[in-house]
Amino acid sequence: MSATDPAEVQLLVATDHREILSGPTAPAALDRPPRHPVRQGLGHSLVANRKALTGMIILALFVAVALLAPVLAPGNPSTITSLGAQPPSAEHLFGTTAKGQDVLALTMWGARSSLLVGFVVGIAATFIGLLVGLSSAYFGGRADNSLSLVTNVFLLIPGLPLLVILAAFLPTGMTTVILVLTFTGWAGSARVLRSQALSIRGKDFVAAAIVTGERAGWIMFREILPNMASIVMITLIGSVIFGIGAQAGLEFLGLGDVSVVSWGTNLYWASNDGALMSGTWWAFVPSGAAIALVAFALALINYGVDEVTNPRLRSTRRGRASRRAAPGSATHQEVNR
Amino acid sequence: MRFVVSRLGFYLVAFWVSVTLNFLLPRFMPGDPVSRMLSQSQGRMTPEQVDQMRVLFGLDERPIWQQYLSYWQSIFTGDMGVSISRFPTPVTEVIASQIGWTLLLGGTALIIAVVVGNSLGILAAWRRGGVLDSILPPVLVFIGSFPYFWLAMGALYLFGVTLGWFPLRHAYSAGMTPSWSPEFIADVAAHLVLPVTTIVLVSIGGWMLGMRNTMIATNSEDYIVMAEAKGLRPSRVMLRYGARNATLPATTSFGMAIGFVVGGALLTEVVFAYPGLGYQLLAAVSALDYPLMQGIFLTITAAVLAANFLVDVVYVRLDPRVRVS
Repeated sequence: MSATDPAEVQLLVATDHREILSGPTAPAALDRPPRHPVRQGLGHSLVANRKALTGMIILALFVAVALLAPVLAPGNPSTITSLGAQPPSAEHLFGTTAKGQDVLALTMWGARSSLLVGFVVGIAATFIGLLVGLSSAYFGGRADNSLSLVTNVFLLIPGLPLLVILAAFLPTGMTTVILVLTFTGWAGSARVLRSQALSIRGKDFVAAAIVTGERAGWIMFREILPNMASIVMITLIGSVIFGIGAQAGLEFLGLGDVSVVSWGTNLYWASNDGALMSGTWWAFVPSGAAIALVAFALALINYGVDEVTNPRLRSTRRGRASRRAAPGSATHQEVNR
Repeated sequence: MRFVVSRLGFYLVAFWVSVTLNFLLPRFMPGDPVSRMLSQSQGRMTPEQVDQMRVLFGLDERPIWQQYLSYWQSIFTGDMGVSISRFPTPVTEVIASQIGWTLLLGGTALIIAVVVGNSLGILAAWRRGGVLDSILPPVLVFIGSFPYFWLAMGALYLFGVTLGWFPLRHAYSAGMTPSWSPEFIADVAAHLVLPVTTIVLVSIGGWMLGMRNTMIATNSEDYIVMAEAKGLRPSRVMLRYGARNATLPATTSFGMAIGFVVGGALLTEVVFAYPGLGYQLLAAVSALDYPLMQGIFLTITAAVLAANFLVDVVYVRLDPRVRVS
């Protein structure tokens, strides 16, 4: 490892190795928040962090349901299986839509498309944001100016109207939705990652690497990137939340592929079939609640990552006077943005 | 002054990007949806209208740079073609008749969310670890995870359909004529309650948390300790020394928030059939009314950019450091 900032290096190394090393002490750590979570590694501290653990459990449940949908609710979820607009019963746990489809099956199958699009968009947007942010911070000068200009322009153009006209002109389909959401969603990540990379760019070990004659790509991805892992993760999760919500919004407006079952299209059909006015609340509650739960779970994980990697947020109970004296906060000051 | 001019330049670039995007989209998209749209409504349009559409959507055979120039000319003269879904009204007229409702809805929601959210954030940071600080943020984050439109659907179902407390749709009751009479204003306000509440509920958490975090940083500054040491009243220290300095980042995010609120207002309008731009945008999408879609996009973008510029001007007034450098 060539990076030289010890605490932050530890953070990364810790995720892979410390879990094994600190194995026997793990159960104790689950009971109460550890005093120095950073020392124990990110993975462990996240499990020990109650918020992050709750988030991860909820998320894991949804991923499991999405993966197991063909087993749990075999057959095409869109097929009409009974009378329309039936309230929840033993036969149809979440009731049926106005057309007579089983809402539970639709919700479970919807998880597949919604989670897939959300995660693909999140990863793609973060990746572009990372490329732009890192090169912006590393090269500086004119490259930074022009990249920052592009980023800020994209941040400023209102997202939803842009989404709508893009999706309206492109052929409908899941690929379009992913492309359009990535196109509109990368700028936020780029801005956050740039400012973080910029503060690391000024550290001595980067200067040392440049003097040693390392290539630009190596310095960006092997020297700078590992030192901002937590902020990358926070940005990634934020982008996934954006992806899931924006996909639902787009599909709710009828701009996705309405033949694909997803949480957004479920809401679109519920709204189109007049679920609100006819009082069939069960047709629109499950899909929306699912979106909210997944977004909430991701937000919880994010707070967990933030708390674990940022000592300034950890000492809530001790009041503001002691915060200044918090040991080791210097290494992480820039993380809180 | 230099700051303001450079910001203005930036917003002009942003506007140029969105106009160019608008120009390029119909010209480089596969499937040529525009000619389909034109052939469908060919019989109803006058030859001049068809010509204008050709200019706007690039169906004429001229070289691309000439098309680009005449496109800009159309933008500056405010000629964005005729709406297909509300034929033969020009796009600009459709937008002009509805933008007021969006401004009313979005503006009210934004102001309420900013004022209430920031006040809560100030209080939460001041009593760090207190009831407000420990209960409200997670609750608001949870509410903030709901999609705007879904919360709107829930509110409409619960308070509109089931309980019947608030009107179900539109901006004012059918049969009323818009005027400045108290009855009409009360009617409009009653129609505003549910949509505004949903937007406020979703967006307030961000304001509160943002303000709380800046305020926590501000509270550890030496001048706060100094103010306390001088024996000033706590409320004075909180508002004049802490909150006053913490509002600066909130001003910056205000500009950003305008875009989000517009997006939220658009979706909320769809649920409540509120006659603003969002509802019109949906109608335009389902009728493949491309001129109207593009017109709405440009109008909203221009409005958001202008609002951001105003925020920048205010920022220069608030933060003397910007004026010096």
